[in-house]
Amino acid sequence: MTDTAILDTTTATRESNNGHGSIYLPKIAQVVDVKTETAFEKVYTIRLPGGENLGQRPGQFVMVSLPGIGEAPISVMSSPSRTGETFKLCIRNAGDLTGVIHNTVRPGDQIGIRGPFGRGFPIEDFKGKDILVAPGGLGMAPARSLIDEILDHRADYGRLIVLYGAKNPSEILFRDELRAWRQRDDIELLVTVDRPDENWVGHIGVITRLFPRVQINPFQTIAVTIGPPVMYRFVVMELLGKGLTPDQIWMSFERRMKCGVGKCGHCQVNHRYSCQDGPSWTYAEALAFEEAL
Amino acid sequence: MSLYILPKERLPGFVESLRTGFRVVGPVRTETGYAFDEIRSVDEMVLDYPTTTLPPKKYLLPQREVLFRFHSETGENGARRLDVQPVFDGVEPTVIFGVHSCDMHGIMLYDKVFSEGYKDEHYLKRREQMVIVGIECLRPCDDASFCKDMGTLTAPPVYDLHMTAVDDDYLIDARTEKGERLLLDYGEAHLATTDDIRRLSQTLSAKWPNFRLRLKMTKDQLPSLMTISYGSHLWDTLGEKCLACGSCTNVCPTCFCFDVQDEVELNMTDGERARIWDSCQLHEFALVAGGHNFRASKASRVRHRMMRKGKYIQQVHNITGCTGCGRCQRACLAGITVPGTFNALYDEIQIDVKPVGGA
Repeated sequence: MTDTAILDTTTATRESNNGHGSIYLPKIAQVVDVKTETAFEKVYTIRLPGGENLGQRPGQFVMVSLPGIGEAPISVMSSPSRTGETFKLCIRNAGDLTGVIHNTVRPGDQIGIRGPFGRGFPIEDFKGKDILVAPGGLGMAPARSLIDEILDHRADYGRLIVLYGAKNPSEILFRDELRAWRQRDDIELLVTVDRPDENWVGHIGVITRLFPRVQINPFQTIAVTIGPPVMYRFVVMELLGKGLTPDQIWMSFERRMKCGVGKCGHCQVNHRYSCQDGPSWTYAEALAFEEAL
Repeated sequence: MSLYILPKERLPGFVESLRTGFRVVGPVRTETGYAFDEIRSVDEMVLDYPTTTLPPKKYLLPQREVLFRFHSETGENGARRLDVQPVFDGVEPTVIFGVHSCDMHGIMLYDKVFSEGYKDEHYLKRREQMVIVGIECLRPCDDASFCKDMGTLTAPPVYDLHMTAVDDDYLIDARTEKGERLLLDYGEAHLATTDDIRRLSQTLSAKWPNFRLRLKMTKDQLPSLMTISYGSHLWDTLGEKCLACGSCTNVCPTCFCFDVQDEVELNMTDGERARIWDSCQLHEFALVAGGHNFRASKASRVRHRMMRKGKYIQQVHNITGCTGCGRCQRACLAGITVPGTFNALYDEIQIDVKPVGGA
């Protein structure tokens, strides 16, 4: 991806956020649906004022607010192709704010939304390529924004391979979609769990165990991996082993964004602000950071 | 814009004239040193001051600043209703008087940080109402300062008026129309004559030798030095000394990182979201939900601060990230200094070349 392309993305984002006078003022959005996904994750369907389209690209995030509790960055789960008057966030009960959201936010409630922020994945550059998506755990939520976008414009892309790793069967996200994907012949899906229960009949072991099971054409493939930091170093090894070069491997870094607009300093990876230049980076870019992994 | 001359005895009158339309802030003596504070009477202001504990950044980026007020209530249908109203804190006509050139370099960085990319209207609205009156430094503040090394001994183009004490006069450069109008409204300043400008030139050229160099390298070498020093063991040594108190970042004119916090009133329905100065030296700074800390060690946090000063800010904003003001050295309880760190890193990479045959 060229620097110009990065610049274009962020400029577009900025323009869409300058209507308030304050870049820190959230839009008051309405939760229209809450669906329990696992014991730790719920999916919130959110409508911006007037049904305005969020206008995100895959891999971007929003800042979610509950005034009085706080604000936190959450990846957008909806692909642009499935974003109209509403979009979806898959939120894990992991911190102060997300705990209160899980316990108190019901359909009809209002919450604050700022964004979308970050540069997301350059899907224009992905077109015509085989796409290998390797999410781990909650990484499946932002991965959905990319997978669904590809499925909805299926002819624009080559093969779609999804290698998904979860800790145990009860933490597998989006079981309905996974089931539907299995029925399709234009998406290759493999799922593994670290710790199976007695009913599990699928693959067992960490996500890297799935890689020997797929063959890819390294000249044609872009890989996108999203998961906890510890996962990246092992997944990247697998991808490099398949002949992908570092700039064919995209990853998304979790950092503690406080402002989302490149000011507060919390999300810096070396000199770069994850909330602006990331949170998605190529492995080639990550190699230039000492602080990346 | 032009150069003006104002007799020193007329300065109190000028400051007094500004006070009719502005909050005037300037250096005043405190029990422990000097500080920028609101001037209530002109004789409080000490223009010939060594340095202040805090830079004037507290007026540009207040220690705590409300971003918006909110109201949260449960509606008739039991659903949570929200209302948010932006707040623009501290937006009032303000003159900051007697700013040293190092601190003007800090303001220049802030102007870039808060106007580039997403525009921060909270900062910019305040800044628009601000008049900066600089004062030329004719001798170093103390042994902690190293402005000459950092190239901040010359006033950058952020001031409206900039004063240089020359004999019994101030030579004043009016850089902006806003500044010139204020000076002309007072009526006691006159265009500098050729002779005045000659005296100014002599003063300026005479000041240079009064400042010593403390760094073993030039500021332009700093980004490279920091790049090759990322894996240095010096960071571990400094990490052991550092108390992680955050004093260095609090007093730094180029530190602007902040935390965002909500405060709810006792009625539990109204409140405000504010930003508060934060410090990358504190343990929680890079902690994410779930417990992973991207800079858990003090060594990694000291390194991050030094990297920002020597390299990162230069990379992002194209301005050197340290003004050489010396405040962090004065504030550090553990005796960690920026020039000491840069010089130690520089020493580490020198090859000890001995003449063949030895001596």
